[in-house]
Amino acid sequence: MLTVLIMYLLGFLYAQNSTKRSIKERLMKLLPCSAAKTTSPDIQNSVEDEMEIATVRHRPEALELLEAQSKFTKKELQILYRGFKNECPSGIVNEETFKEIYSQFFPQGDSTTYAHFLFNAFDTDHNGSVSFEDFIMGLSILLRGTVQEKLNWAFNLYDINKDGYITKEEMLDIMKAIYDMMGKCTYPVLKEDTPRQHVETFFQKMDKNKDGVVTIDEFIESCQKVSNDKLI
Amino acid sequence: MAAGVAAWLPFARAAAIGWMPVANCPMPLAPTEKNKRQDELIILNVSGRRFQTWRTTLERYPDTLLGSTEKEFFFNEDTKEYFFDRDPEVFRCILNFYRTGKLHYPRYECISAYDEELAFYGILPEIIGDCCYEEYKDRKRENAERLMDDNDSENNQEGSMPSLNLRQTMWRAFENPHTSTLALVFYYVTGFFIAVSVITNVVETVPCGTVPGNKELPCGERYAVAFFCLDTACVMIFTVEYLMRLFAAPSRYRFMRSVMSIIDVVAIMPYYIGLVMTNNEDVSGAFVTLRVFRVFRIFKFSRHSQGLRILGYTLKSCASELGFLLFSLTMAIIIFATVMFYAEKGSSASKFTSIPASFWYTIVTMTTLGYGDMVPKTIAGKIFGSICSLSGVLVIALPVPVIVSNFSRIYHQNQRADKRRAQKKARLARIRVAKTGSSSAYLHSKRNGLLNAALELTGSSDDEQHISKSTSLIESQHHHLLHCLEKTTNHEFIDEQLFEQNCMDNSMQNYPSTRSPSLSSNNGGSTSCCSRRNKKTTHLPNSNVPATRLRSMQELSTIHIQCSEQPSLTTSRSSLNMKSEDGLRPNCKTSHLTTAIITIPTPPALTPEGESSPHPTTNISTTCSNIVKVSAL
Repeated sequence: MLTVLIMYLLGFLYAQNSTKRSIKERLMKLLPCSAAKTTSPDIQNSVEDEMEIATVRHRPEALELLEAQSKFTKKELQILYRGFKNECPSGIVNEETFKEIYSQFFPQGDSTTYAHFLFNAFDTDHNGSVSFEDFIMGLSILLRGTVQEKLNWAFNLYDINKDGYITKEEMLDIMKAIYDMMGKCTYPVLKEDTPRQHVETFFQKMDKNKDGVVTIDEFIESCQKVSNDKLI
Repeated sequence: MAAGVAAWLPFARAAAIGWMPVANCPMPLAPTEKNKRQDELIILNVSGRRFQTWRTTLERYPDTLLGSTEKEFFFNEDTKEYFFDRDPEVFRCILNFYRTGKLHYPRYECISAYDEELAFYGILPEIIGDCCYEEYKDRKRENAERLMDDNDSENNQEGSMPSLNLRQTMWRAFENPHTSTLALVFYYVTGFFIAVSVITNVVETVPCGTVPGNKELPCGERYAVAFFCLDTACVMIFTVEYLMRLFAAPSRYRFMRSVMSIIDVVAIMPYYIGLVMTNNEDVSGAFVTLRVFRVFRIFKFSRHSQGLRILGYTLKSCASELGFLLFSLTMAIIIFATVMFYAEKGSSASKFTSIPASFWYTIVTMTTLGYGDMVPKTIAGKIFGSICSLSGVLVIALPVPVIVSNFSRIYHQNQRADKRRAQKKARLARIRVAKTGSSSAYLHSKRNGLLNAALELTGSSDDEQHISKSTSLIESQHHHLLHCLEKTTNHEFIDEQLFEQNCMDNSMQNYPSTRSPSLSSNNGGSTSCCSRRNKKTTHLPNSNVPATRLRSMQELSTIHIQCSEQPSLTTSRSSLNMKSEDGLRPNCKTSHLTTAIITIPTPPALTPEGESSPHPTTNISTTCSNIVKVSAL
């Protein structure tokens, strides 16, 4: 990393002195710290113009690698990547873009809060952006995973601070976010404490040992039990 | 190593034979080429146009899309080519970059489109060749400035107005007279009084007929009282206005320093000074000259006229050019005045008595006025006089175009700002229409879904089975998503009108109806606040449904049917610009793949069975729908 920085500075200085940029300087600038196979984002700043924002380019792992890690076939990965890259040419999605996209599916209400929680659930390494790998991992669990894995993912979504426990406040936050998406014009009319009541009911059912938090096991157990009850 | 140079490597290595005779140590062994791949042609299909190149060409830049394994995502197995759904014109430039190592920016291309393509292929704009780099940077800066201006003006314009106190409302009313009627009235009243005041100043000095004594009296002295009253009234209004502005200003100190307020003060000061000083006869001479300042009231018009403001702004921004003009004129005046003075010194009775006296001649000549009150008489004087007038034209003509272009630029900027504001409003309106369109499309399809279900129940297998238009796969999936949300929260989406009607009803009559859709039993039986419409029992079209059995069902559908006809989906879709439409197409979440792969337990059709409430799906646990929701993501 340091060497690259030095190379950049050198290249920049050299470019400043001589207006004629030789191919070599340009290549020096291009040589990134990461080869094509790694997933570290190439954040390359243009120091010349302060108006330019940092251009981030992210290249995903090789197709074969992703195929091995996820449960998608090559063709499916290709289709997914094409859509992803079309919308986000830089290779990553940041939270703002994510919220914008998500809000177009729910025109009536305000889906920004829920999109925020969803984004955090997808962004497994918590670096503020969702890359194609995060996206694929998430989708793989959600679409092709076992029930256990899916419930695990749902638990992760509800556990806002990722500490392994769902508190009532966390569930209330998620519930409010969900109700926000409904918007104002609902039938019957949404009341102030509807989310809270909703949470009360579910939390009581999930929290077996009444210790005020829901652990992953309680969560999975109660979801499976309830679905067994009602589906039959 | 550089791309082009690599081709010459074999030559350089072969030429190394020249070192062998004088080599100290034996030469090292040549490296063997492991995994020597035969170079192959790659076909790149960009929107139908096929480009072909060698694989090694593309691999020269391994951190771009084409040079890395990322392009495998776009490989089409059937045709054995790489397909990119992008612009073929720009791709030409990009492929040339791989071939020659230089990236060019075509002038006809839009800067943001070009940037997007570069971002897609993973190429940094910094490597654009010198030949095109300046152009690229200029266009980019222009674009960025324009966007920044747009955002700035937008931020200044809009901005949610929470409860403003009196002071802030007043300030807003003063700055922008269109905010309320009162502000508009105030605006016109002050404008009228400024005009009155200026006209009185002018008319005061007009001779108004003689008085016995053969003296021409100006109107001001003849009708002194009337003029005094008018003046007093105007000054009253101006004083009140100034005090109100001072009170409302968010930063009083800054307001007092601003140009407009100084003009205001200067305009009303002479009156007060005159009031104070009427007693003292000596100073009244000075007082008369103070009245000159009353003419500055005309500058108060600049609050009312945008053109005047632009002119003032232009002059301010051209300060350096004006300064240059002044300086060069002064230099020329001094030079020519001196020359003319010494040239005319010889001639008798010449008007050029001193150099400062010659200044007047020089100025009049250089600006090509030529009054003729001072004329050179000697031959030398005439020669230098003509040189003076010729050079005058040149010196004045030079900075004037700069000022003119500045004015034109600022004026067009203003026009552009207005145009952009209008455009933005139109765009926001379109987006709003699109949003309401999509939500009404959902309600529309729900209605049709209910109708279909009701028809199926009656067993009437008419040709009117499918009332609803065939919705596309994406639409039906979107509607399914919204439906899942409804099931999660156990509330339904309804029309805005219906919502308002419900709330009105709720305020009037608040009895819980037994047939109201109960919230999920988990929620502890809260009664719905909105009553059902028991009165309206219009029949469903094309059905003779026994009202008793399906009355609840019917009423629900009736309520929905009574929604006014929403514009059809197609028109609302067509009014979208591409961006909004893209949004409806799942982007980073390609859900078309989703439902093809998984099997979501679809909620059963809304068929009331027996005595169940109109929402039998309520019985399905919301937990199940939780899982459904998760999968549906």
